[in-house]
Amino acid sequence: MEYAIELKNISKSFGPVAANKNINLSLAKGEILALLGENGSGKTTLMNMLSGIYMPDSGSIFIDGKRVQINSPEDSGKLGIGMVHQHFKLVERFTALENIRIGMRGEGRFLHGNEVRNKIENTASRFGFEIDLDKKVANMAVSEKQTLEILKVLCYGAKIIILDEPTAVLTVQEIDRLFNVLRRMKNEGHSIIIITHKLNEVMEISDRVTVLRHGDYIGTVNTKETNDKELTELMVGRKITLNIDRPVIEKTHPLLEIRDLTVKNDEGAIAVDHINFYIRGGEILGVAGIAGSGQKELCEAIAGLRKIEEGHMIHEGESIVGMSPKKILEHGISMSFIPEDRLGMGLAPSLSITDNMILKSYNDTKGIFVDRKSAREEAQKVIRKLEINTPSADTPVRRLSGGNVQKVLLGREIKSGPNVLITAYPVRGLDINSSYTIYDILNGEKKKGVGILFVGEDLDVMLSLCDKIMVICHGKLQGVVNSDHTTKEEIGLMMTGTLNIVNKEGKTDGIAKDSAFTDEEVKA
Amino acid sequence: MFEVFTLFLFNIIVYNIPLLYGTTGEIMIEKSGSLNLGVEGTMAIGAVAGYLAGAKTDSLLVACLVSFIASGLVGLLFSFLTVTLQANQNVTGLTITTFGVAFYYFIGNALSNSSAGWPKLSGTRLDAHSQAIHIPVLSDIPFIGKAVFSHGILVYLGVLIAILMWLYFKKTVPGLKLRAIGENPAAADSLGVNVALYKYTHIIIGSGIMGLGGLYMGLNMGGTFEGSNCWINGYGWISIALVIFANWSPAKALLGTLIFGFFNTLRVQNAALAYTFPDTMGWLTNIPSHFFSALPFIITLIVLITTSMSSKNKSGEPQAIGRNYYREDR
Repeated sequence: MEYAIELKNISKSFGPVAANKNINLSLAKGEILALLGENGSGKTTLMNMLSGIYMPDSGSIFIDGKRVQINSPEDSGKLGIGMVHQHFKLVERFTALENIRIGMRGEGRFLHGNEVRNKIENTASRFGFEIDLDKKVANMAVSEKQTLEILKVLCYGAKIIILDEPTAVLTVQEIDRLFNVLRRMKNEGHSIIIITHKLNEVMEISDRVTVLRHGDYIGTVNTKETNDKELTELMVGRKITLNIDRPVIEKTHPLLEIRDLTVKNDEGAIAVDHINFYIRGGEILGVAGIAGSGQKELCEAIAGLRKIEEGHMIHEGESIVGMSPKKILEHGISMSFIPEDRLGMGLAPSLSITDNMILKSYNDTKGIFVDRKSAREEAQKVIRKLEINTPSADTPVRRLSGGNVQKVLLGREIKSGPNVLITAYPVRGLDINSSYTIYDILNGEKKKGVGILFVGEDLDVMLSLCDKIMVICHGKLQGVVNSDHTTKEEIGLMMTGTLNIVNKEGKTDGIAKDSAFTDEEVKA
Repeated sequence: MFEVFTLFLFNIIVYNIPLLYGTTGEIMIEKSGSLNLGVEGTMAIGAVAGYLAGAKTDSLLVACLVSFIASGLVGLLFSFLTVTLQANQNVTGLTITTFGVAFYYFIGNALSNSSAGWPKLSGTRLDAHSQAIHIPVLSDIPFIGKAVFSHGILVYLGVLIAILMWLYFKKTVPGLKLRAIGENPAAADSLGVNVALYKYTHIIIGSGIMGLGGLYMGLNMGGTFEGSNCWINGYGWISIALVIFANWSPAKALLGTLIFGFFNTLRVQNAALAYTFPDTMGWLTNIPSHFFSALPFIITLIVLITTSMSSKNKSGEPQAIGRNYYREDR
């Protein structure tokens, strides 16, 4: 069989983090290959080595059977590879035509004349695109931008087309249209790789599926010979038994209740879609979902950092919708979010532990001067309690190891004595021991009667630590399950949108029996 | 009576053409997404290097070439620091200004105190070539001929550069690619545009253009070195503000230079106006001369405030300006 692309033993690290470990992948001519994996599994990194953004640390790339070296996006383009990035690479102020023109080769140095325009229009009609070439990108809807991106690589004569999560921003109808275009491209002899984590799409469009997990190559299967269940298992892995404590505490009334919450993301697309849930004191509610399913937007909405489109949020009987982040914090809701780069949110890397503690409590002191003495004592208390490994309380946070940084962040959040603690990815990138310390801290808070929302990545951890787990997929609630009465497979199917158990046996998940909502509020 | 208007218009052009050079040069650099605050220093180096080379060879052409190259080298330094080494653009620009102006004083003072002395301009061929040239027919048009078509070659060159640059951005593929880099370098890069090469080239050319503006100032001031006042005299800073006023368009820079030049020219012309029209303009003499000296800078401030109030006025601002581009940034 002739392959358009063959990758052999590709590895790539960013500092100490291995993003790809000995990956093998092959793309036959005229086929659609789905590259499946959770976020952070290394799909985009792998594809960026084909598009010339990154260079592999080791391994080899073969295009049409010939070994090649791709040093830049220009090399990649010359080899006939075109990539549609997840975050569009378009110049907002330019028109569609100008955007395509930037990368056109061999069309002279001047912009006048209609030759280029005619060429683009021909390509567009051949693949059935409808596009206004004189429209500025800034005025385009997301689907139009994507059409432009695809048209762009086709105009450059790409034979191998890579699409990075092309359906993430599209509606159902738009996805249908996209798939029709992909099929037409395939019939014209193009080879296509589509990165996705939606199983139904994989089953619908692809010929074969390659699965990655945590930077490892897991395997390749023929789409016709597999099913949702097998793919889910390949994607999330088998259950591992962990030894995490889960103390059982008497639960209180619902502390935080969320009804019909709808939130948009930065791009203006719906990120959280009419979600209902509640947290009681003394329980840890896990939030499971493939990364980018609305977790960040959900956390930010609760903390008052993001405007909500619709819905209610009631904390201790009082609505917190429209409150400032400071007010919400004073109300007893504390949020800590560990982003992928771990230092990006919540802490100022160059400031000391003490100063980072002050950042959140400066309002408590009177006058304009910082009360550093008591802050330092507070910091030392946190350092002792959480066993933070640091030379002193005045050490800049960026000099600490990842685990200790995360302890500082969590320590600051629990110091203010919240009764609802929102924590997202608190063990992201930590080794086993540091992770266990974090779990102990969370369990300690739980024993005090705090309600905890735990947004996590690792299903095994969540099954051990959380009392209940709510599963979301593309911002929609798929159901709330009890950790003792569920399986990893069930959660996996819910995460990928295959299974929805919100309305089962006559009751609706996410709505408490002893809700603080009155009937009028629910109707309104 | 007409003469005073003719002279006023003439002076607007003569005194403010360096702003056009500074502004167009900076526009070219900013269109590549780099913010170079070193205009003042770049102009100072172009001025002193070009002037000395011109005086040595007694040739305007050599003066222009050396001025362009010397300032281009400053641009190369800026590019190396900010594009290759990813240094902070603001700090690098300010350093270049400090360095450039100090270079001007250092060379000037050293030469003035040497036995040969600072080379004089008056009476040389260089001086003659930088004077106004007579264009048949055009220069003879009443009023306009004297005001607009009786200037030195460098005035016309400045206007020509502005027009060519406007066409370059608007009509050519390299101009389109350059603007794409200023807007979204990652997008341009993904399409195979060599971002670093484009940045280097345009920063160097833009800096060279600034150098010509510096040379013009030196020649226009009679080539006398002053130990207390740099030839450039803040024009580099005003150029940076004019870029914003011109909304990053070389064509509008031409217009901006004239409007701005009007206020600048009041500084030198206010007495003449008051003398010619004692009834209507006589009050000008009551205003202290320091006010007129400060006027260009006050206008700069007002321009910055008014243009910043509406985002529409900044539609030409490159979106990626001031940020260094690194491909593997995540």
